[in-house]
Amino acid sequence: MRINISRRKIKDTFVAKVEELSGQNLLACYQCGKCSAGCPAVSQMDILPNQVIRFAQLGLQDELLHSNSIWICASCMTCNARCPKGVNIAEVMEALRQILLRKREDHLKVQKLSDSEKGDVPPIAMISSMRKFTS
Amino acid sequence: MKISYYPGCTLKNNAKNFEDSTLCALKSLGVEVVELPRWNCCGTVFSLATDDLIHHVAPIRNLIRVKESNTNKVMTLCAMCYNTLKRANERVKADAESLDKINKFMAPREKVEYTGDVKILHLLELLRDEIKLENIAKKVVKPLKNLKIASYYGCLLVRPKEIGLDDVENPVVLENLMNALGAKAVDFPYKTECCAAYQTVDKPEVVADRTYHILTSAQTHGAEVVSVSCPLCAFNLDQRQRETVQKYLDFRNIPILYFTQLLAIALGCPEESLRLDLHYIDPRPLLKQKALI
Repeated sequence: MRINISRRKIKDTFVAKVEELSGQNLLACYQCGKCSAGCPAVSQMDILPNQVIRFAQLGLQDELLHSNSIWICASCMTCNARCPKGVNIAEVMEALRQILLRKREDHLKVQKLSDSEKGDVPPIAMISSMRKFTS
Repeated sequence: MKISYYPGCTLKNNAKNFEDSTLCALKSLGVEVVELPRWNCCGTVFSLATDDLIHHVAPIRNLIRVKESNTNKVMTLCAMCYNTLKRANERVKADAESLDKINKFMAPREKVEYTGDVKILHLLELLRDEIKLENIAKKVVKPLKNLKIASYYGCLLVRPKEIGLDDVENPVVLENLMNALGAKAVDFPYKTECCAAYQTVDKPEVVADRTYHILTSAQTHGAEVVSVSCPLCAFNLDQRQRETVQKYLDFRNIPILYFTQLLAIALGCPEESLRLDLHYIDPRPLLKQKALI
């Protein structure tokens, strides 16, 4: 992957928005990688959790908002529990999802689910999926 | 002992086995369970965005229902309800401005102003801290002899640390309970690994991967059954074994039971209260083999 970094991107409102929505200080992260080491979902992610934080520090908006990682993360909080710097990575993932959802860019297309896909799962699965993946 | 009870949606649907077995077990332990009147959805997931106050209204409204029942303590069974109600409560307790906004939003309809003084208890806390495991052991009429049980906690009972009911990395309450019931608790490293939760709706193949790793690890450590405490974990680990078998040829099926079904068996509850018909992997052959039903 070729990535361009620039001062303009770092100072962009995107970084400030991620910090505000997540309530996290992104620069606290020193890239130890413990979040990615313990994450049960990394095998399905295109950008690892520690990279998500690094990309957010650098304001790499396009890379983050097009990644599948933010939709694979199920907020299990293992990363938060293990971060030695107290960065809540799950909250940063939520902020990135919210930036898209608040523009009505839903991840889950409820209308495309079949009756059995909707009917077989318990109500908590359906509701939490809609809460996390739709606007 | 009398306790107010918040069931949540899934306890009245897919997890009827969780509710019925709990009610029978608590009756045997002399606990009177009073279902909260007019309860509503807990929200299922706690909103992690700093400004998303509207999604904390539903859990706080339930806590007002608790106050209206003239108590300040409520018990939940579902791990998702427990986590969402407790976190929303901690959120407003720590932030007077948010609490005031939520109260003002609900004011025309709600007569009680919420002050953050309700205690949310999980059934496991009630069993461990109030009834106490040694007293439960004394009431066992059918010990779960020779049954090797791996206990699976998932995420929401233990994380985040401030909300969790036991150690964040190595919880033991379920194992201690199973040992008190006469079973042989089996430890395994995947007991707090996420089952992929609501990904089950649109990415069942992700859940199949997790189910494979979690259950295979439990079996490698000698488990004959896996006990769970969350209806979404229960669905993923039980029902998604259908997809797991198709994806992994070496996978062996294993029955999944709620810890309350095992508790109910040990306390002598009738088989009807266990609702063993609601399982994808039928636990009855194993339970019959161990002379437990």
